[in-house]
Amino acid sequence: MLKIRKPLASCRRTFRALLAVELLVLAVLVVTPFLLQDRLDLITLATNIMILSIFGISFDMCWGFSGIMSFGQALFFGVSGYVVALIGRDLNFSAIWGVLPLAMLTGLILAFVLAVFLLLGRKMPGAIFVALGTLTGSYAAERLVSGWQYVGAGNGLSSIKLLQLGSFEFVEGFEFYTLALLSLLIVYLVCRFIVRSQFGLVLAGMRENEERLAFLGYRVQVFKALTFSFAGMAAGLSGALYSYHQGFIGPGNMGPGLSTTAVLYCLLGGTGTLIGPVIGTAAIELLSYGLSDIDAIRQFWPVVLGLVLLLIVMFQPAGLLGLVVSNRERIGSFGASARHSAHG
Amino acid sequence: MADTAPLLEVAGVSKVFGALRALDDVSVAVKPGTFHGLIGPNGSGKSTLLKAIAGAHLPTAGTIRFAQWDITTWAPFQRARIGLSLKFQITAVLRELSVYDNILLALQSHESAWSLVWSRTRRRLDAQIMRALDRFRLANRANDLAGELSHGEQQWLEIAMALAPGPKLLLLDEPTGGMSPEERRMTGELLLPIKAECALVIVEHDLDFIKNICDHLTVLDQGRVLGDGTVREIEESPEIQKVYTSRV
Repeated sequence: MLKIRKPLASCRRTFRALLAVELLVLAVLVVTPFLLQDRLDLITLATNIMILSIFGISFDMCWGFSGIMSFGQALFFGVSGYVVALIGRDLNFSAIWGVLPLAMLTGLILAFVLAVFLLLGRKMPGAIFVALGTLTGSYAAERLVSGWQYVGAGNGLSSIKLLQLGSFEFVEGFEFYTLALLSLLIVYLVCRFIVRSQFGLVLAGMRENEERLAFLGYRVQVFKALTFSFAGMAAGLSGALYSYHQGFIGPGNMGPGLSTTAVLYCLLGGTGTLIGPVIGTAAIELLSYGLSDIDAIRQFWPVVLGLVLLLIVMFQPAGLLGLVVSNRERIGSFGASARHSAHG
Repeated sequence: MADTAPLLEVAGVSKVFGALRALDDVSVAVKPGTFHGLIGPNGSGKSTLLKAIAGAHLPTAGTIRFAQWDITTWAPFQRARIGLSLKFQITAVLRELSVYDNILLALQSHESAWSLVWSRTRRRLDAQIMRALDRFRLANRANDLAGELSHGEQQWLEIAMALAPGPKLLLLDEPTGGMSPEERRMTGELLLPIKAECALVIVEHDLDFIKNICDHLTVLDQGRVLGDGTVREIEESPEIQKVYTSRV
């Protein structure tokens, strides 16, 4: 057997920081409801963070892992949120086994339709073309629902029927927290499986040099369309959970504003990792919650947030996670030799 | 060999960029199992021709046939899937990935997306990857990032990537560019054994290198074919000698 000079143990050692962060975040999420039993407002905030983390991950699957600049990720989030809200209002149906898969399917189909137009052309689309295309889709949808009385127009839809499992209703608090945690965990593990697979290797290569991959025989557009559609599905799930958790969905939940927020979650936490968007979402939402209560800061908060993010982009482009996780570790290894000691 | 049908047939290909006619009615035929060199002064159209064959540029006029298919307007990925493989002039290895993963990426290109999600071929390809790396003296660098390799090693890695999927025709654009004389000699040694596996079209400025490994040469000048023949025929052509002594 051939021998590889570098001991594989060193590769394994580099993976531990990322894994440690992942486990730490998981531990924090598991113990949070027990530590905050008397603080419903904070449990609600933590639930919201997890739901929005799924949304952040969906954007990062596009941008951080595949190089697709989706500036309209909120489109899938918002439309799925509206779909489950309308089904609850008009059909009086909110069974979890029906509405969550439906929301995911809505996000998937919508993203796929958009991908057909934006990504599946004969030539590889430019980043600006995709960014403007998705942004336009998101903006057009926001304007459309803003003037459509059937969906509540500018007021959106409120008093959304509670999510049900048999006769059990998911209300704000421990029940919804558990559901959000399980949803985040499942989405995270599925995404982790994908980005660590041979498919993930294609995404990593595509992100670095699309043209090279085309000359190796990859139809890059198909890989982009698949990832974009999958990300739309995840955004659809988070939109539905958000809708049920907040009891409200409005035009602003599908517009460029929320789409840009997803970009900020990822930039702050660290793009190209799955845990980065979770950390970024938590940091932004916690800061927003804490600082918006301080009157002196409240009106300047968006400016402060903007400045913080500008500094991060300039001086720490790898985000908060980049402080502890190296670039090599972030990208990882995909081959069998990194997993087995046959060559070591 | 003389009666063998060409593997690649470039017929009357022209390529115009604005006011520049980079290729002008170029016809070239490459037979299976041959090493075919494209030579000529700077700006003669060698790299443009190679890119037209690989699909990076679509010809303005003319046809390109490969293994009986008319591939003139095919996308690069389609050409790669029927056995055309390109090594870029400027090294295009994936610097952020390991050397091992660069080869894995090249080898798994024909797998379906579904198979890749389930990583069905990762273990099966392991031995093949290590053989490809060993052949180009990169086995001991398998776990290093491709960006950490020396320039010469990156060139070898890219040739190994282009060769890994088992192409029928390998297109090499200046494989020894930026290499030391010793690395050039070693590159020649590494390339010669692949004659048993596929045909080769090579663009190279180092005439000694190209004469040592090629069976057939096409000389381009100002986008036109100036001469075409065996290495000896080209060497003995006074017209071609004149171009080289006056312009190279």
